[in-house]
Amino acid sequence: MNKPETTNNEFNVVGTTPIRPDGLDKVTGRAVFADDFHLPNMLHGKILRSPHAHARIKSIDASAAAALPGVRAVVTGADFPVIEHKLINQGAAGMINIGELADNCMAKGKVFYDGHALAAVAADNPHVAEEAVKLIKVDYELLPPVMDVRSAMAEDAPVIHENLQPGAFIVPAEKFLPNAGRTQFGNGDTEQGFAEADLILEREYTAETIHQGYIESHVTTVNWDSNDYVTVWTATQGQFGLRDHLADVIQVPIGNINVIPLEIGGGFGGKERIYIDPVAAMLSKKTGCPVKVAMRRDEVFRATGPSSGTYIKLKFGVKKDGALVAADLHLAYEAGAYAGGPIFLGILSSTSRYNIPHIRINGFDVIVNKPTMRPYRAPGAPQALFAVEQMIDELATELDMDPIDFRMKNLAKTGDRLVPGFPLAPIDTVNLMETVKAHPHYNAPLDGLNRGRGLAYSLWFNLGETSSARIQVNLDGSVTLTTASPDLSGTRISLAMQAAEALGIAVEQVSPAVCDTQSIGFAIPSVGSRTTYGTGAVVCEVAEEILGQMRARAALLWEIDTGQVAVERGIFSNTADPEQTLSFNQLAGRMFETGGPISYHKTGNPQSFIPGIAAHLVDIEVDPDTGKVDILRYTIFQDVGKAVHPDYVEGQMQGAAVQGIGMALNEEYFYDDEGHLKNASLLDYRLPTTLDIPMIETVILESPNPAHPFGVRGCGEISIAPPPAAIANAIYDAVGVRINSMPMAPHKVCAAINAKKIAAAAAA
Amino acid sequence: MGNKSHITATINGEARDFLCEPRQSLLEVLRDVLYLTGTKEGCNDGNCGACSVIVDGVLLDACCMLAVETEGSSIETIEGLAKEGELHPLQSAFLEETGMQCGICTPGFLMSAKALLDKNPSPNEQQVRHWLAGNLCRCTGYDKLVRSVMKAADTLAEA
Ligand code: FES
Ligand code: FES
Repeated sequence: MNKPETTNNEFNVVGTTPIRPDGLDKVTGRAVFADDFHLPNMLHGKILRSPHAHARIKSIDASAAAALPGVRAVVTGADFPVIEHKLINQGAAGMINIGELADNCMAKGKVFYDGHALAAVAADNPHVAEEAVKLIKVDYELLPPVMDVRSAMAEDAPVIHENLQPGAFIVPAEKFLPNAGRTQFGNGDTEQGFAEADLILEREYTAETIHQGYIESHVTTVNWDSNDYVTVWTATQGQFGLRDHLADVIQVPIGNINVIPLEIGGGFGGKERIYIDPVAAMLSKKTGCPVKVAMRRDEVFRATGPSSGTYIKLKFGVKKDGALVAADLHLAYEAGAYAGGPIFLGILSSTSRYNIPHIRINGFDVIVNKPTMRPYRAPGAPQALFAVEQMIDELATELDMDPIDFRMKNLAKTGDRLVPGFPLAPIDTVNLMETVKAHPHYNAPLDGLNRGRGLAYSLWFNLGETSSARIQVNLDGSVTLTTASPDLSGTRISLAMQAAEALGIAVEQVSPAVCDTQSIGFAIPSVGSRTTYGTGAVVCEVAEEILGQMRARAALLWEIDTGQVAVERGIFSNTADPEQTLSFNQLAGRMFETGGPISYHKTGNPQSFIPGIAAHLVDIEVDPDTGKVDILRYTIFQDVGKAVHPDYVEGQMQGAAVQGIGMALNEEYFYDDEGHLKNASLLDYRLPTTLDIPMIETVILESPNPAHPFGVRGCGEISIAPPPAAIANAIYDAVGVRINSMPMAPHKVCAAINAKKIAAAAAA
Repeated sequence: MGNKSHITATINGEARDFLCEPRQSLLEVLRDVLYLTGTKEGCNDGNCGACSVIVDGVLLDACCMLAVETEGSSIETIEGLAKEGELHPLQSAFLEETGMQCGICTPGFLMSAKALLDKNPSPNEQQVRHWLAGNLCRCTGYDKLVRSVMKAADTLAEA
């Protein structure tokens, strides 16, 4: 039933759809997620959070809380080490300001957003802890809040950080304004480019702050023992990043910390930073007991790492024949309380899919009194595409060109130089466009009033960076595969499949597991669509080494040179005497006669910036009276290189698209003028439900990635980016109005339709 | 802690008793007193369905019911869905049709879907979507979830 089709079958395991090994415990309720973990003698921590968006902490009086029966400890910023604020380079893990990270977990002196932590209590149970938190008295001096990028960049804006340190997200920004850093890229001469243009359009777009919305909130249990060894049991996208950051914040040696990743209930980029772990650690240190801290849902909204609200200004110039000649982009992204938001990826994703000879991009990382923005699946891309893909659609419409022909005319192809200066790695962008154009959905008539069709196209870069994997061959021929990459969505099976493929054995023979930081080498978190691709590439290298070791074992038994041993689909043979063979299992069974256990561990660095591409096609219907938009039909075309487990690939495409649809139509943070978040619940921050979404059709394309032995590219993120633009273009097609503000909530669509009617009446 | 009530209820067909404070929800008691952690918490305020359980045949959010209200009732949780080691067709369908990614919403969807199939063994897509609208999943985009439920209904019809 509904098994996705893929294009090539040269593999035995890759491209099939086995059942994931961790699935059984997830359908029976036995899987242990972060909040399912208990220890004897465990206390419960709760956090006091600022009700103000911007204030100086004049004093904290926790005496009543400490006196409440059942309370074991209270901590405030004063209990935490003082850490210098400066950007440090952590290699593959990026640049980070540990001082700010520490202050984000527990405020010292000032609070910068509604929800900023400033004290915490450990008690015998969560109810007592919560009561105690309410007894803590704080004296604040209120400061003016700054709640959006334009007011933060205005000339008379209140200064949020007296001494702003520009942040970094992959590349560092330079300080530009008291509340903003800047990153610039460009090519050619935009003045000359615009002079050559036959048509120039200038537009502005805005987007509101949004949240990843994972269903499992943040929960951690920390035990600080008498030897200053600290053990953490939590759900994280990156146990090593958590460990290293925690060590810096609580000032213990990295080697003293072990982070044990439990099952993780969604992350989407939002669970790669620490928030509550240092708090639980300090409470554990003070009480001598393990401490669990679980965020309530409202705390998740107020105090984790949502995705940036934006203000984007575009000026694009095009020739009559449809060739883009010049573009000037001003991208202002919220950083939130501390610098280092996703602006660089906004820049990178904004226009890299097109060849534009003269281009200038100014990106701004803007401090506002909201929580510190963190990655959300293809960070920065949906907001950038909402602007640029609408601009592209508008230009095509003005020139009376088919939207695919227009994109084809300007399409970046393998080897073309991209704005940041590097060439596009091999990928078949033309095939994607031609596939869309030939697809029945593109050519189906769309009848009916207020219905429209929209298209958007995205190019995104998947990470390789650092991953670790170990393979142990066991005496019975079973294989233990361990990696350092947390499994958010089924990557244990996609990695086990790659190991099985490379070793020439059945996937059922491979038991995959995710390890704690003491049991495996370093890896950066499961982010950037990198687990199946990047960790997979390392798994394949390890498997090759294992086969090498096993060939040497066979050579020993047969008393020949290793070079004379061939291996094909798990059968080792003597090239000089093809009758002489040993199966994988037979050879494993003889490991102790041939030198002992067979195992290999590797930390590798697969290539980064592997392109992925996707085009989304959507049919919608607008209710002209209410402004509500309904999705009628939705098709995703995505090039994944090679689909390892096509069902899960399809699941990634569909899940990402639905998050994009939520962002397009419903989701936003509502702050009042004082900077209080007014919709910190799953009722008022409305995620899409089953009723909002139809079945999502998928077309999987496979142009191989030369940086991976099976051609895998990674597939997790990109499909969140096109939906807002595709839907905006469909709204224009349906009712002739352009909605330049995201989400395209009913009231905005309604207002635009009414304004159009009034303008038409006035003109008549 | 002198204000605890002694409650007797049937949980997954077994007679159980427990002590709870009046302010403790059924969800808290299931998870933190009885260690039946298969029932998940996503919001603790009735908006995500991760804590879906069936009490006396009625599907409800365990976070919105006080444990003291369950005296004498029969409670079904995810831990009781498989019978004698045999998966319920819903559980098999979720595995075969990849009706989950991270799996945190899965127990809630399974209990919700079970309540639906108990009432209406052959729902159409619209009925499935309508019934499951109280359960949030952030990973799957719902496509494979809905297909899993429809497949389980088919399996049950064949049995
Ligand atoms: S936890 Fe009960 S509805 Fe969300
Ligand atoms: S599978 Fe992750 S929330 Fe549903």
